[in-house]
Amino acid sequence: MAHTVAPPKAAAPGQPRRGGPARGLGLLLAAALLALAVTASISIGSKGIPLGDILSLLADPDGSDAAMIVWEHRVPRTLLGVGVGASLALAGALMQSLTRNPLADPGLLGVEAGAVIAIASAIGLLGLAGLPQYIWFSFAGSAAAAVIVYLLGASGKSAATPVRLALAGTAVSAALASATQALVLIDRDAFEKFRHWGTGALAGHDMSVLTRVAPFMLAGLALALALGPSLNAIALGDDAGRALGVSPGRIRLTGALAVTLLCGAATAAVGPIGFVGLIVAHAARLICGPDERWILAYSAILGPVLLLTADIAGRLLLWPGELEAGIVTAFLGMPVFIALVRRKKIAAL
Amino acid sequence: MNTALAPRPTGPAHPARRTARARLAARRRLRVLAVGAALTAALTAATIYAIGTGEFDIAPADVIATLLADGSKAHEFIIETLRLPRVFTALLVGAALGMAGAVFQSLTRNPLGSPDIVGFTTGAGTGALIQILVIGGGMAAVATGALLGGLLTSLAVYLLAYRGGVQGYRLVLVGIGVNGGLVATNAYLVARAEFAESQVAVTWLAGNLNGRTWEHVNLLALTLAALIPLTLALGRRLTLLELGDHVATGLGIRVERARLTLILTGVALAAMATVAAGPVPFVALAAPQLARRLTRAPGPGLVPAALMGALLLLLGDLLAQRLLAPTLLPVGVMTGTLGGLYLAWLLVHEWRTTRR
Repeated sequence: MAHTVAPPKAAAPGQPRRGGPARGLGLLLAAALLALAVTASISIGSKGIPLGDILSLLADPDGSDAAMIVWEHRVPRTLLGVGVGASLALAGALMQSLTRNPLADPGLLGVEAGAVIAIASAIGLLGLAGLPQYIWFSFAGSAAAAVIVYLLGASGKSAATPVRLALAGTAVSAALASATQALVLIDRDAFEKFRHWGTGALAGHDMSVLTRVAPFMLAGLALALALGPSLNAIALGDDAGRALGVSPGRIRLTGALAVTLLCGAATAAVGPIGFVGLIVAHAARLICGPDERWILAYSAILGPVLLLTADIAGRLLLWPGELEAGIVTAFLGMPVFIALVRRKKIAAL
Repeated sequence: MNTALAPRPTGPAHPARRTARARLAARRRLRVLAVGAALTAALTAATIYAIGTGEFDIAPADVIATLLADGSKAHEFIIETLRLPRVFTALLVGAALGMAGAVFQSLTRNPLGSPDIVGFTTGAGTGALIQILVIGGGMAAVATGALLGGLLTSLAVYLLAYRGGVQGYRLVLVGIGVNGGLVATNAYLVARAEFAESQVAVTWLAGNLNGRTWEHVNLLALTLAALIPLTLALGRRLTLLELGDHVATGLGIRVERARLTLILTGVALAAMATVAAGPVPFVALAAPQLARRLTRAPGPGLVPAALMGALLLLLGDLLAQRLLAPTLLPVGVMTGTLGGLYLAWLLVHEWRTTRR
């Protein structure tokens, strides 16, 4: 993966060329947005705590109720949002680029549903209750679902088109979601916690969840960012990639590994959250053009922005109750998905 | 995708072939009749078996005796208040879904155009939920809400998929997107409701036949008594629409009006099924397809689809009750799992045979 390949020089017609400095500046702007979202996520909640107090509590927890709320609820929740948002967005960008499919998203293509049913089986059938054990099931489940959906979509005479992959993902997701529901209904007690987790909420997880999934997320992040140059090399087709000295097979395998790590860890932490990958990867592509290295970098920063914003919106929508972040992202994702479907050439990637 | 539903190309009417074709048509009609009879027989047997099974088993002979008003008091109570409403609801909901699926698959000329995939049943569910959780009201009000929800959803899907015409795959994908948004809306409605109400709503949303009463049966029977004959009366126009708009116009059909009426009745059928049992997935998709595979006849095949839908839902419900007894699974879980697998198989099968 060490080959550094120049990004495609000629931008798509009609697309303004953006120089490195402008994209770097944009990335800084995105980082500023992320800082804003993180601050908002720590300060907004059903118990109003002034921003000044929060800053002093972050620096010096004094054991008060407010300090407990900030340190045990809002900080883990926000950090989880950052990790999960970055993971899902990167996974979406990788999937879109690897399958050359604008409709690719961990939720839409059934990868998350695979992780969910694997975890549900681990809890319900094998009695594994702890995250350190069932996270491996999450990886296995997401990898298996991804492979099944891809094979279904690629069956027949022509290659896997975006439409086929989306339909295969819908079918597999539906079957897996129903089977998961059956598992949950068998043993209600074992699934009390699962039921909350299954809805895709950032709230209600403590710091230990984050520390357990963070290594896998970081590994996935590193793999994904390292893949950027090679993805550029195969952007014009596998043959062009080979001519540029990269091995398409190895890139796909590494990419699949990164997607599995990212989706498996994110789903094991907070449950299935759809559409983050779809929205963010397209937004990133819109901002910085077809260079995969920049798309991945933007995705890693904009993913958390979107997920934290969705989470905050969920808190405000049902004040003082809360709406799960996964539901909000589905609301946001629907128009994006439909707009993509309405585009003239769906395979225009 | 279209090949499975497109009518067989008919060659020029050659005099020598005419008798052969007439014989073929007669044999086809015979096959349809035979399949219909076999489905009815299977349905009767499954009904009697379903009435007899449960926590307290009743022998088929006793079931028949009780149905003929000649059974013991205990059997009479179990059958009339507990088993019959459930079985009748299953039969009617299944028939409505099967017929609605046949109408939409024929109109869109695509097996994926069925109301459960493109979000009409979820939309009916949203309408019903808004009526139950936000506005409040009895069974008739909920039915109206579901009908409105289904109609608005179908309108939205159609308009969003429209780009100088509605192309099959775009309609399906837009429907899938709208469906996802509606699922999120339903989750939102449930989240903002009171706890007790939300529990009821959640079990209903899974697609459920547990605890159905005569109230459900009556609503279904009354509405379907109007809708099914109406749909059957429109069936001939549906067959002609399958030949394409130009041919249908040439044969004296007012195409747009016929299509609109058919959409309305199809949505109404799906909405009534949803009111009684929640959004049960994949029956509307699978029933017409399976019926068509049996009859091998062209055209929408409304009656076989309805019979097959009833049979599928009844068997699905039996399986859902018995598979993990004493846990009663919602029937939607069963049809969702099996239907999802069937959809995957259907897609692969179509892609293997067509070159799209």
